[in-house]
Formats: sequence, C-alpha cells, structure tokens
Amino acid sequence: MEIPYTVAERPDTGLNNVKLGIWLFLASEVMLFGGLFSTYILLRVGAVEWPLGAEFLNIPIGTVNTVILIASSVTMVMAYASLKLGDFAKYKTYMLATVLLPVLFLCIKGYEYYEKVSHDHLPSHSTFLAIYWTMTALHGLHIIGGIVVNGYFWGPGSKMWHAKPAMFENRVEAAGLYWHFVDLVWIFLFPVLYLL
Amino acid sequence: MSGSAEEVREHIATYKKIAGALAVGTVVTVLVSYLDVSVAIGITIALIIATTKASLVVNYFMHLGEERSQWLMVTLGLTAIFWLVLMLVPLWTIADHIGVANTLPNANVHEIAEGEEH
Repeated sequence: MEIPYTVAERPDTGLNNVKLGIWLFLASEVMLFGGLFSTYILLRVGAVEWPLGAEFLNIPIGTVNTVILIASSVTMVMAYASLKLGDFAKYKTYMLATVLLPVLFLCIKGYEYYEKVSHDHLPSHSTFLAIYWTMTALHGLHIIGGIVVNGYFWGPGSKMWHAKPAMFENRVEAAGLYWHFVDLVWIFLFPVLYLL
Repeated sequence: MSGSAEEVREHIATYKKIAGALAVGTVVTVLVSYLDVSVAIGITIALIIATTKASLVVNYFMHLGEERSQWLMVTLGLTAIFWLVLMLVPLWTIADHIGVANTLPNANVHEIAEGEEH
C-alpha cells in the first residue's frame, strides 16, 4: 500500500504531503534560528561595548562564502528544473555542484575556525564570539545535513528517477526548499555577524 | 514549479537573473558596510538589503510566489508573526532603557578578558 498524496495534491490543503511537511519543518527552523537571532539582539543591545565584526572576522572570506552558498542555491534550483525538463544528466551535474559547493564552504569555514582557535578567539573570549561560534556552528551543522541529503539524491537515491520520476521530483523539490532555507539563514547571518 | 517545458525554460531564465541580482546584492551589502554611518543606519541598510535578497530567494527559488495553498499561507503567516514577536521580546524587556548599558554579567568584554581563569 502506497502512502497517499506523495505526488497528488490533497484536496483539503492543495499541496502534496511532501511539500506541506517540508514547509512545516522550515517553519520550525525559522523559530530555531529566530531564537538565536533574538539572543544576538538582546546581547548586543545590552552590551557595554560590542566589537565591529571586522575586528575578529575576515570580511573577504565571509563574502566568498556567501557567494559560494548563493551559487549552490542556484545550482539546486537548476537541478530541479533539469528534472522537470526530463534531463537527468544535467540534473546529476547540477546536483553534484550543489553537493561540492557547500563542501568548499565548510573547508573555508574550517579555516576560519582554525584561525580563531589559534588566536584564542574562543566562545569564552567574549559575548560576540560566543554568539558567533554558536550561530555559525549550528548553521554549519545544517549545511552538513544538506550535503548528506543532496549527496544521497545525487547518488543512490537518484535510482528512483527511473522507477517513479514524479515522486523523485517531489523529493528533490523538498530538499531544495531546505537548501534554500539554509542559504537564507546565511544571507542574514553574514551581514549581522561580519559587517555590523 | 508546474508546467510545460516552455514554462520551465522561462523559469530558468528568471533564475539566472535572480542569481545576478543576489550577486549584486552581496557586493552592495559589503560596500555599504564601509560607509561612514551610524550603527543604527548601518543595521537598517544591511537588513533592507538582506530582506530584499531573502524575498528573491523565497519567491523565485522556493516558488512561494506561485503557491496558492491557503494552508501554506496561513502556516507561514503565523510563523512570520511568531518570528516577529521573538525578535521584539528581548527589546520589550529593556524598552524603557534601550541605549543605556545593562548590567548583564557577560556583556562587558573587558571584565572577561581581565578576570577569569579557564
């Protein structure tokens, strides 16, 4: 027996279950990151002094990482569009890029963390660094999750395309929604931490 | 994203334009940070640009601009309201003395640097 409405739209919601489910999950993620942004606001407003991001963080590196993540969002949506056009080879290419670009992001982030640790800029150093480490590390964990999921849909999971293409499209769309959300968080995180 | 191959190709053309807009937005965000303005104005400009970029991603990459499901709109509308309250709650707790230094124990960078052994 098949799970219903994984492809067909439910008459009551107007969506298939996959899409409604992923949006509900993203709503919970908004509250997760929202709580941390709220923490940042409270800590900063209440601080006697607050450093400029540039005092501790490397803006060019952060900018490069922003461009990398936006590029991965573009390749993700192009992967999905390729599936809609029935071009599986192009889907594989774009999805591979969507997996490799955040790996590069994490390598650069790892270098940034290494620099911080070697200068003793740990979370215990100051409130600014505490919130920086917390928010970027949580975001990094989300990136790792996205790499795993997208990697699965590039690799073994892509077999579903040959048996059930519509269901596979929906799964890739859901993964794409998650991935765009991860990019969205960084779009706010980068200026808040690095530039302000 | 629904529709014919022609519609999908139109979407792809849009995605490329949005990608360009996001790249420009990123560059502008960084350049604006070098302007000699107050922190409040800097924060305002940065958040306006970030919100614009975010709305492009949400509307075009996440296809929310095409969604017509009332369930989805209500869910996301409630999420937006709760998120706004979440942003405002810490400000409401200090609304009577925003701009005055609070005595949060870890708010003072110098005290931490001087005092404690770890």
